[in-house]
Amino acid sequence: MNVHEFQAKSLFAQFSVPVPRGKEITSPEDATAWANELNTPVFVVKAQIHAGGRGKAGGVKITKDKGAVAGFAKELIGKTLVTHQTGPKGRQVHRLLLEEGANISKELYLSILVDRDSGWPIFIASTEGGMEIEEVAEKTPEKIIKELIDPAVGFQAYNGRNVAFALGLNTIEPAVMNPFIQMMGNLYRLFMEKHAAMVEINPLIITKEKTIVALDGKVSFDDNALFKHADVQQMRDLNEEEPLEIEAAANNLNYVKLDGNIGCMVNGAGLAMATMDVIKLAGSEPANFLDVGGGATKETVAAGFRILLKDPNVKGIFINIFGGIVRCERIAHGVIEAAKEVKITVPLVVRLQGTNAEEGRKLLAESGLKLDVADDLWEAAQKIVKLTGKAA
Amino acid sequence: MSILVNKNTRVVVQGITGKEGSFHATQCKAYGTKVVAGVTPGKAGQEVEGIPVFNTVADAVKKTEADTSLIFVPPPFCADAILEAADAGIKLIICITEGIPVNDMVKVKRALRGRDVRLIGPNCPGVITVDEAKIGIMPGFIHKKGVVGVVSRSGTLTYEAVHQLSTLGLGETTCVGIGGDPVNGTGFVDVLPLFEKDPETQAIVMIGEIGGDAEEKAAEFIKKNVKKPVISFIAGITAPPGRRMGHAGAIISGGKGTAAEKMKTLEAAGVKVVKNPAEIGAAVKQALGR
Repeated sequence: MNVHEFQAKSLFAQFSVPVPRGKEITSPEDATAWANELNTPVFVVKAQIHAGGRGKAGGVKITKDKGAVAGFAKELIGKTLVTHQTGPKGRQVHRLLLEEGANISKELYLSILVDRDSGWPIFIASTEGGMEIEEVAEKTPEKIIKELIDPAVGFQAYNGRNVAFALGLNTIEPAVMNPFIQMMGNLYRLFMEKHAAMVEINPLIITKEKTIVALDGKVSFDDNALFKHADVQQMRDLNEEEPLEIEAAANNLNYVKLDGNIGCMVNGAGLAMATMDVIKLAGSEPANFLDVGGGATKETVAAGFRILLKDPNVKGIFINIFGGIVRCERIAHGVIEAAKEVKITVPLVVRLQGTNAEEGRKLLAESGLKLDVADDLWEAAQKIVKLTGKAA
Repeated sequence: MSILVNKNTRVVVQGITGKEGSFHATQCKAYGTKVVAGVTPGKAGQEVEGIPVFNTVADAVKKTEADTSLIFVPPPFCADAILEAADAGIKLIICITEGIPVNDMVKVKRALRGRDVRLIGPNCPGVITVDEAKIGIMPGFIHKKGVVGVVSRSGTLTYEAVHQLSTLGLGETTCVGIGGDPVNGTGFVDVLPLFEKDPETQAIVMIGEIGGDAEEKAAEFIKKNVKKPVISFIAGITAPPGRRMGHAGAIISGGKGTAAEKMKTLEAAGVKVVKNPAEIGAAVKQALGR
């Protein structure tokens, strides 16, 4: 789960990571009131959406004029921002962060996540703050500094010294050495205690006043650990999520919307991905990833149909079930029952394999439903692509 | 011969009185697996399909000489269950549970380091040595005794591959599901050398997916150490970056972990990469010259 910058920064503040004074605002009136209270030489108004590249898209305004703040708020709230991370449809802005400006002397990059290779938390740092870190890694890999943290003992001061010296903080600005090392320890605590998946500060700045400040903040959380953190759950902003994905999650379905026109319903994540791949190989594009899980029932199949059919791009549906614990004849009953409740208006190919597959296929064939039954994966993919026409 | 588990493996099922645990313990036993004990704290003295239940793994090990654990404990309590098994002297821990917090696994993996115990999973279908022991949730009947070793990050996609191998008459030796989580106990590089050494295994099927660099590490290992033919499929060529595709570990982040990159690296290491998951079995058949 992702959260907004203002939420990330309030978490930083809780863990003693220095951030600019700022506040979430949702109206021009809010903006004026908070601007008066802030009383700072420079005001920064930042659109809050779950995507990077806001500055280039016009989502960040900087002004010395307190009176201009409300105007910027009016302009940004309700505006749709299109950045390289939002896709062409963009994201509508519902809230802003109004904070004090900073005197930047140097921009750094710092993040923490789990290194999959070692299974240990890892800090990634660079002197190239303010840039896309992937780009830095690609073009100048020598400027990426990595420091693994042993989870048995947690963050140690030497971990911080390793990073600080590698960044050259002792020559850039010796006064921030110790605050920087302390801040890394605090970030580690935040990361572990709140079960974050990633914490990223880009840029982390050294100010002209020789302090260190998280000028931006991005935090994402491990969905599997949300049950431990009611405070984190409350930060969820449904405006930032695809409505069909919210509906799917409420039905215990794992759904990701894509841009193609063949809707897929599959049991198991790996097979669901493989099904998408085979649709592409057959000459079309998948409309979604949908894993109905190990316990697929009539209800989950019906919910799956409803979600797939709400996507106007879907021109055909491909159900691919490999029965293991899930028995195919139950899935077949599920399809037949669901088809009574949900009007299926597009071609449907059902491929059943594994436990009681033959019984399932027979049930479908005798159901009188307008559908094609297949037993082989490739045959089924070709059928649905043929029925829906190749991708334009 | 086979790897990891065989007809002598003695299994304790942790979480045996739960819905999943009791169902699968029964299924494993019916397949012929020696399921010698179950554990649910506070339920010692009960039986599940004739399998005695104990309060602790230590008790189960003491009374039944169980050497392998199969875990169905719910995610919030799973780290505890894995560590309990390790402390009780279990040598092979197979964890089926999906949804364990990553930071819990970080700590568990660190705690198991340097100890004489292997963890498989979590979030995996388990391990089966055909006609000897099924320790997991895979449907036993799709398997057929044969010559192919299977190692995979996925569940149902593995069944798909196994079904093809069985239908073509090639059959399997052992199938190992290593799981779809970002931090797991056993990787491709741990399983590949076991198959390479196993005299009955003539070819290896490796099923990977987007995310991480386990396939790249495997490619490096195969290039140097594996003489047997390796056939691989990588799921997720159509997966968009930044989206988690069901498995917590299946995510392309920072431009890394794409299927295309993994396929390229594996091909360069001499692995036969199939682009169409429906052709895994046929590719193995061809590689074995049958």
